[in-house]
Amino acid sequence: MKGSRYAVCLATSALALMLPATPAGADETAEGIARYREALADGNPAELWEMQGEELWRTARGPKNGTLEKCDLGQGPGVVKGAFVGLPRYFADTGRVQDLESRLLTCMETLQGIPADEVAKTPFGKGEQKNIEALVAWISAESRGMKFNVPMQHPEERRMYEIGKRVFNYRSGPHDFGCVTCHGEDGKRIRLQDLPNLTKSADAARGFGAWPAYRVSSGELWSMQRRLNDCFRQQRFPYPLYGSEVTVALSTYLGVTANGAGESTAPAIKR
Amino acid sequence: MTTNLRNAVLVAGAIAAVAGCAGTGSSPEQSAAWDREAQEVMARSFRDQGIATVDRLKQDEVMAACSTHGQHIDDELRERIQAAAQADIKWPSDGNYLGDWKEGEKLAQSGRGMTWSDKADAPNGGNCYNCHRITKKEISYGTIGPSLYQYGKLHGNTETTQKYVWGKIWNPNAYTACTNMPRFGAHGILDEKQIRHLVALLLDPKSPVNAE
Ligand code: HEC
Ligand code: HEC
Repeated sequence: MKGSRYAVCLATSALALMLPATPAGADETAEGIARYREALADGNPAELWEMQGEELWRTARGPKNGTLEKCDLGQGPGVVKGAFVGLPRYFADTGRVQDLESRLLTCMETLQGIPADEVAKTPFGKGEQKNIEALVAWISAESRGMKFNVPMQHPEERRMYEIGKRVFNYRSGPHDFGCVTCHGEDGKRIRLQDLPNLTKSADAARGFGAWPAYRVSSGELWSMQRRLNDCFRQQRFPYPLYGSEVTVALSTYLGVTANGAGESTAPAIKR
Repeated sequence: MTTNLRNAVLVAGAIAAVAGCAGTGSSPEQSAAWDREAQEVMARSFRDQGIATVDRLKQDEVMAACSTHGQHIDDELRERIQAAAQADIKWPSDGNYLGDWKEGEKLAQSGRGMTWSDKADAPNGGNCYNCHRITKKEISYGTIGPSLYQYGKLHGNTETTQKYVWGKIWNPNAYTACTNMPRFGAHGILDEKQIRHLVALLLDPKSPVNAE
């Protein structure tokens, strides 16, 4: 089966990549990176999540025993193609700007009766959060190859963009870090990890447009919310609430910055 | 500066002027309103997790100024930040700057500390390799900061250099206002003993930084 082939090639490449680049390990590291590239060419295990996500979309679930097929992701009820590259955006029914994940919470609550608060409190990789991971994998895949077109016409969209920009530059905590510390200049790295300059459109499209992504190092599919969550952790910040305004504002800023530049590759495969 | 640090105020109009960079014609009033709303949004969007509590969102003067202006601060503000940081440096109690470079290398390698997944009593690392090339052997280094390889060879292991490196690790804003480098001493990330080891890593002629 497809899945087991992935499992084998990924196990080896993940191991090689996680080796610290010790003096003696320099060659192994280069080799590990080469093997990882091979794994990329071989296929992206995110496909497994995509398949589950498509099925989940059409499956009746929750107290209301409803499907998500009428969920409006911004292009009209049930339209999935192209929805991902147009998010976050303003939704009149909730009166808020929403990213893909906070919008899914709304749809799960209204169409399936699954309480949004509870899903938001569930740890990543568990329970309903696992379902969200599958859904975002499929939904983002349906926009693969499209350019970002995140709207800024509505005053709320503009407001969230402006707030996101301020949050991006906001430095504090024990290390004085802000997003800008690690993502504010071209061509920088932390250890061997390339850091996109998220203030520029080409890098923003490449960086923002890659998530959700399959992470080789953990064998998990990470949503954008989880990506941001881990960056806040590295920033030594407190814990961002799932789907909170800060996360949506940041995504609005990154998405608008990415507009028109590169093509969405999500769900991509990452270290 | 330390006093300001301790009595930190929540942002207080700090994230202003970032808007100036947008240049898409918003009035100063509008921009100020977004500054305020950004603070309110921050205050609503986080919770404590382990040692990473929400009071970490409070900014001192330096953080606020650097968030607003980035590297583009004017000369007067730059002088003020640097002078205050200079006055804030705590010099080694016994006048001795050099520790054990081997311990310094371990600290430079360790990226641990201060995240919500770290324990309160676990020792903090220096994170140095995250941002700097330091030895020849270690190829897994970051580039946010300049290369420090052969630092002692290039600058000499003199008391002036020792003092500079000590001060830099204690509070890098003393020399470069709004640097991306953390204030390791001033923020209690590293203690005197650890800083001594790191100064030795960079300056001791026997350290692989200079010997190889
Ligand atoms: C202390 C460093 C640091 C800070 C601060 C930081 N990040 Fe990151 N970020 C990283 C690293 C390292 C990666 C590379 C991915 C990984 O961890 O494997 C990354 C990856 C990303 C990516 C995906 C890029 C890609 O090409 O896959 C995005 C988007 C991102 N960060 C956004 C942010 C935002 C927004 C903030 C502020 C809330 C932030 N980051 C703060 C270190 C940081
Ligand atoms: C998040 C990034 C970051 C980390 C972590 C970091 N630095 Fe730096 N460092 C910088 C940057 C950026 C500069 C250049 C700007 C400046 O001088 O402040 C710098 C400059 C320096 C300089 C001055 C170089 C010169 O020639 O003047 C020294 C010395 C130094 N760092 C040592 C260290 C040590 C030791 C550690 C670990 C305890 C460390 N740094 C951790 C970013 C970092």
